[in-house]
Amino acid sequence: MNPERVGAAPRAWATADWLPRTLNGISGFVLLAVLWEMAPRYGLVNPKFFPPLSNLLGELFRLGTTQEFWAYLVSTARTWAIGLLFATTAGVVVGLAIGLVPGARKYTHSTIEFLRPIPSVALIPGVILIFGSRFQSGVVLITYAAFWQVLLQMLYGLNDIDSVARDTARSFRFSQTGFIVHLAWPTLLPYLFTGVRLAASIALVLAVTAEMVIGTFGIGRGIVIAQTSGAIATTYALVIVAGMMGVGINIAARAVEKRVLWWHSSVRNTEAY
Amino acid sequence: MVELALPLVLFLLVFGISSFSSSFYFPSLAKILHRFDDLWLGSRFASDVLPSLGRLLLGYGIACLAGITIGVLLGIVGPVRRAAEPVLEFFRAIPPPALIPLLIMLAGFGDSMKVAVIVTGSIWPVLLNTVEGVKGYDSVLDETCRTYHIEGASRLWHFVIPGASPQIIVGMRVGLSIAIILMVISEMFAATNGLGAAIIIFQRSFEIPEMWSGVLMLGLIGFTFSILFRLFERRALGWYYGMRNLERRI
Repeated sequence: MNPERVGAAPRAWATADWLPRTLNGISGFVLLAVLWEMAPRYGLVNPKFFPPLSNLLGELFRLGTTQEFWAYLVSTARTWAIGLLFATTAGVVVGLAIGLVPGARKYTHSTIEFLRPIPSVALIPGVILIFGSRFQSGVVLITYAAFWQVLLQMLYGLNDIDSVARDTARSFRFSQTGFIVHLAWPTLLPYLFTGVRLAASIALVLAVTAEMVIGTFGIGRGIVIAQTSGAIATTYALVIVAGMMGVGINIAARAVEKRVLWWHSSVRNTEAY
Repeated sequence: MVELALPLVLFLLVFGISSFSSSFYFPSLAKILHRFDDLWLGSRFASDVLPSLGRLLLGYGIACLAGITIGVLLGIVGPVRRAAEPVLEFFRAIPPPALIPLLIMLAGFGDSMKVAVIVTGSIWPVLLNTVEGVKGYDSVLDETCRTYHIEGASRLWHFVIPGASPQIIVGMRVGLSIAIILMVISEMFAATNGLGAAIIIFQRSFEIPEMWSGVLMLGLIGFTFSILFRLFERRALGWYYGMRNLERRI
């Protein structure tokens, strides 16, 4: 028996009703596609503003052959990745510092609660002044917004260390390093992954925002250019691409989470007792 | 008291360091606060901040009502939910600012576009969290209701929705942050009136202290809404926190 799967729920495709369920799940998309194709063609909605789905898909394929589109995609992805990396590193470091240093949490609590709700878009003017429309503007915005997500989850995780395990470690006289490696880190790893997953979505939103408002090169700028030149199908197509990026990031994050956290009960669906 | 120590130190540091600054782009904090007092506590409050807040509250309100209603309906009817979930996940993954040009095309540059942007962005956390909350309806409570023959509308109103409310309120909290961000972005983009518009107009005309004072106002608004929401949460979920505290002590 595969030790990773002992006690876990059966895989989705191994249950008896996987076919009806899959069809059920797809039916929503099918219905949407049919509606989107038919409604403009039969005049239910203005076809100038709602091009039929086939037009949009055609436009999407056409874009895929242009070099500009791929340049947009790579630029957005680059900004996103760098920002996420900075945000995660900063979140982990600050989170560990606050969580592990006794008393730090008390002092920093009010500052965190004050700075956290400040919308990241408030930084846009400042960032324009410093970096102009270079991609660094986007990176700063992403780092600021995504950092809070990671930090928050790190603090939740460090708070959640099982008290019995903590007392056991103390009785066995674990060193500080041993405590971090064997107790703190495994406890906060699931929280960290949640934080990174949320941060990844936010990073994409902010990358697109920076491109739209500041004019950094990327998908967001492509959308604005298409809209202001009246290329409606292109606008829709690029928005769909942005959505697909978002979906892709989500799926990738969950897949990584499932691989790395295979031992955690939330992934294994086992009960410890 | 210790809570205020770090913020106070940081404030004094920023105040002190910036008063030596002769940079055009980062004026001293004293100057910014002076402008803040001039601008935002005066007439600009009515002409810029109030419209922004009005659009925010309208958009957020619609998003919450629609999100909770649709979420509850979806949560109850299983097959419809399973059909809708992948589609909703796709729409949720679209970065809300990316929809702004589309909405400009459909709704122009005015108030309705901005409210529409706020609604389309902040409805998703509310909707999806409501679905989760209703889906995860406590089985013991469900069976108790069935034993007592409590069904239909009264079951929905008195048991299902309150049971799902912790999750719903989590969704509302996320939705509020998103709503504030979208309020600002939509105004920065279609700069007619509003706080975001004022900030971006100041930036373009290089009125730097005014710009930073606007940023400060924005931060204060975010902070105030956060506190207001927490008060609301404490009223609405007092029973939940009490229950959890009891469980934790056992």
